[in-house]
Amino acid sequence: MKREVKLPEIADNVVSGYLSRVLVKVGDVIQKDQSVIEIETDKAATDIPSPHGGKIIDIKVNAGDEIRVGQTILVLEDAATEPAAAPVTHEQPVQPVQPIQPIQPIQPVQPVQPIQPVAPAKPVEIVAEVNKSTHPPIHLSTGVSVPASPSVRRFARELGVDITKVKGSGKNGRISDEDIKAFAKSLITNAVPSSPMEFAAVPDFSQWGPVEILPMSRIRQITAESTVKSWQTIPQVVQFGKADITDVEKFRLASRTQVEKAGGKLTMTAILLKVSALALKQFPKFNASVDMKNRQIVMKSYIHIGIAVDTEQGLLVPVVRDVDRKSITELSVELAGIAERARNRKLTSEEMQGGNFTISNLGGIFGTAFTPIVYPNQVAILGVSKASTEPVYQEGAFVPRNVLPLSLSYDHRLIDGADGARFLGWICTALEQPFTTWL
Amino acid sequence: METHQVVVIGAGPGGYRAAFMAADLGLQVTLVDPQPNPGGVCLYRGCIPTKALLHLAKVKEEALKASAWGLTFEEPTIDRAKVKEWKESVVKQLTGGLGQLTKARKINYIKGWAEFEDANTLNISSYSGEGLREDQKIRFQHVIIATGAVPIKLPFISGYTSRIMDAERALELEFIPGHLLVIGGGYIGMESATIYKALGSRVSLVEATPGIMPTMDEELVKVFWKQNQNLFEETLFNTKVTGLKEENGKVFATMQTTDGQTIEREYDAVLLSIGMKPNTSTLALEKAGVLLDERGFIKADAQGRTNVPHIFAIGDVVGGMLLAHKASYQGRVAAEVIAGQKSAWDARAVPAVVYTEPEIATAGLSEKECQEQGISYRTVKFPWSASGRAVATGDPAGLTKLIIEDGTERVLGAGIVGKNAGDLISEAVLGIEMAARVSDIALTIHPHPTVSETIMEAAELYHGTPTHIAPPKKK
Repeated sequence: MKREVKLPEIADNVVSGYLSRVLVKVGDVIQKDQSVIEIETDKAATDIPSPHGGKIIDIKVNAGDEIRVGQTILVLEDAATEPAAAPVTHEQPVQPVQPIQPIQPIQPVQPVQPIQPVAPAKPVEIVAEVNKSTHPPIHLSTGVSVPASPSVRRFARELGVDITKVKGSGKNGRISDEDIKAFAKSLITNAVPSSPMEFAAVPDFSQWGPVEILPMSRIRQITAESTVKSWQTIPQVVQFGKADITDVEKFRLASRTQVEKAGGKLTMTAILLKVSALALKQFPKFNASVDMKNRQIVMKSYIHIGIAVDTEQGLLVPVVRDVDRKSITELSVELAGIAERARNRKLTSEEMQGGNFTISNLGGIFGTAFTPIVYPNQVAILGVSKASTEPVYQEGAFVPRNVLPLSLSYDHRLIDGADGARFLGWICTALEQPFTTWL
Repeated sequence: METHQVVVIGAGPGGYRAAFMAADLGLQVTLVDPQPNPGGVCLYRGCIPTKALLHLAKVKEEALKASAWGLTFEEPTIDRAKVKEWKESVVKQLTGGLGQLTKARKINYIKGWAEFEDANTLNISSYSGEGLREDQKIRFQHVIIATGAVPIKLPFISGYTSRIMDAERALELEFIPGHLLVIGGGYIGMESATIYKALGSRVSLVEATPGIMPTMDEELVKVFWKQNQNLFEETLFNTKVTGLKEENGKVFATMQTTDGQTIEREYDAVLLSIGMKPNTSTLALEKAGVLLDERGFIKADAQGRTNVPHIFAIGDVVGGMLLAHKASYQGRVAAEVIAGQKSAWDARAVPAVVYTEPEIATAGLSEKECQEQGISYRTVKFPWSASGRAVATGDPAGLTKLIIEDGTERVLGAGIVGKNAGDLISEAVLGIEMAARVSDIALTIHPHPTVSETIMEAAELYHGTPTHIAPPKKK
């Protein structure tokens, strides 16, 4: 079995690092937790352990690369399939290899331990000799290898740049102040990929009572940053509506077993996914993006829809691709897989990119209405609240009907109120009377 | 108890540089030294007074040489008292100047001895005008230990006298011995021998190894040695001194050669210059928890920090090259670090100069160091016999050599033997620090006629195009 080893979260606020050394090579048999690469961030250098053991069949990175959290570092093949691999004991001096016995029957593979999320590796401080931990690390550039003058070397030290990593732009690689500045700048931009946001300091709350300070997880930070970005850049309007889903619900319950056979679960989300895809085809503006910088509108001829998933770690939004080309059964199967991977933190960052529209379904929890926030670079989001039985006036009498409250937040830069009302109306009609929308 | 921001112990070139730099960076500085003014061994009993006396030696030597060129002086006479007075006036002027600079920087100068009480407290003892000992305890936030090094004594000597001297005592010029034995053929021994020879002593040398200045580039030493055949009356190599006895105005020395022979000689005085050891014995470092290395030097990192983070040590007391300019650089670094700057020892080339006649100066990597570090290199050598200025001033035996790294063609090291080599070497130091390539030096215009041209010509030799010697044959 092949496994990919990816760069785990190194520390809070760090989304990428600079690969200073590869500690292993193709063909090496490594143990679980053995260090495979050394990563340097602007804060520290740290060895990254492999969460699995096995034989390295491919190394995807090189010294000098910038590596992002989640990026594949190397590919392992289970060492268990390699009977000749001598056991290497971790942390102990390597024992002299025993003479290999003539072909043994392969031992039954030990039950593989459930894969633990990799504990964030402790940042290791680089310190000079006797000086331990109490002082910030300092990069020294002694030796004769760096073609830079003393004042340039000093400048590098002051900026905290390891000058041996800097490529000089001058003749024969001579390093200038400008090279140091450019290198420092690249470190900063690599460490924080989006434009860094500045936030005001908060008051000292402990003046009013005891407090506890917790670090913000990476997911929390991403959510915080993207919602701030959305709130600050997208003028949002929310349109509310109600759909009578009595008949759809009947259809859902009737078709459930058929979908279950295919390996999925027929949920309202799956149905809404399909209906939304049809609506986006009908109203292509809702499938677009606004490019204010170039005063352009980007129309997309693909329909990828994000689904907000509530996980223990926080909100994740995996994207279902080409929804318009998939049946409700196919979508149900796909959703079941996505939901599971989201909860097990197995989603890749690619799986969470490229959405044009988003559905946020809180119907399983509570509420009559809410106002979701449009994702940056999208123009609309559909919020789904909890369905309930309501009296509906039909043919001269109130009848109990199953009613689903919906809200649509949209970007008023591109979409006007009438469009918003038409779009949500179309979705409600499609849920109530699917054939009318196809008339 | 008063708390001082920065206390510097020892006001030699490392200590006063650290104190001045710290003060200039806005810190409150206390400088402690037993002398009335800063200067340390360098100014009071080392670099400066020896250079004053070596200058006399040089003038005398030049005057004698000049008779061969048609300028004859009478046999020079030495007025010992006047020489001493002049030497002392030089010391007084320079140390006094440092005292004024200390005051101008509002540095709190305490004339006394410092000893640690614990990692945050010093006891400073000083003597009042009436000779009464006064102790004061002070607390400090940071301390920089810059107490330097002291000469190593031979185990059978109880103390120094006017006839059994160390190099410092010898500078007192108490008398001019008829026959002086210099024990130890390092650079201090060579400089002291040169001084006493010029003052009229006959000088002999005993050295435990097979040659003089064993750590210096052999090729340069050879040029020096060839010109100093008459410096010593007798040279005893591979020989150790095993006993010294002072009797009736004479010193009787017992010596033993490595092959077991015993030699006995009688001298008017002996001068010990067998090496230096760190000066830590009176500091009570153990009370502060400061660690020493196996040779007794204080362990400090590239920033001068010891194992106790707020205690720094610089200069001879931390070992390495025991040179004033190295101490001074370290002093600057330690002060900057305490002031919060990201400073560190980052020197590629520490020049070393022997102020004999001719002078020997080196900088950067030696050939031996290149070989040890596996660096492939080529040397280029320019003989001073091809330098117009050197010939015109009677110094054609000198030699300038550069060590150039293969591939990068960068200057890694340099060595010069000849008149004023110590002043010439700075160009090579700058070149090494700037990562200059050999062409950078070759393409820099040097004034004619000067001996500095030998550096340019050596560089030109690398590409086979020197002006004043025949280009090497093309292979």
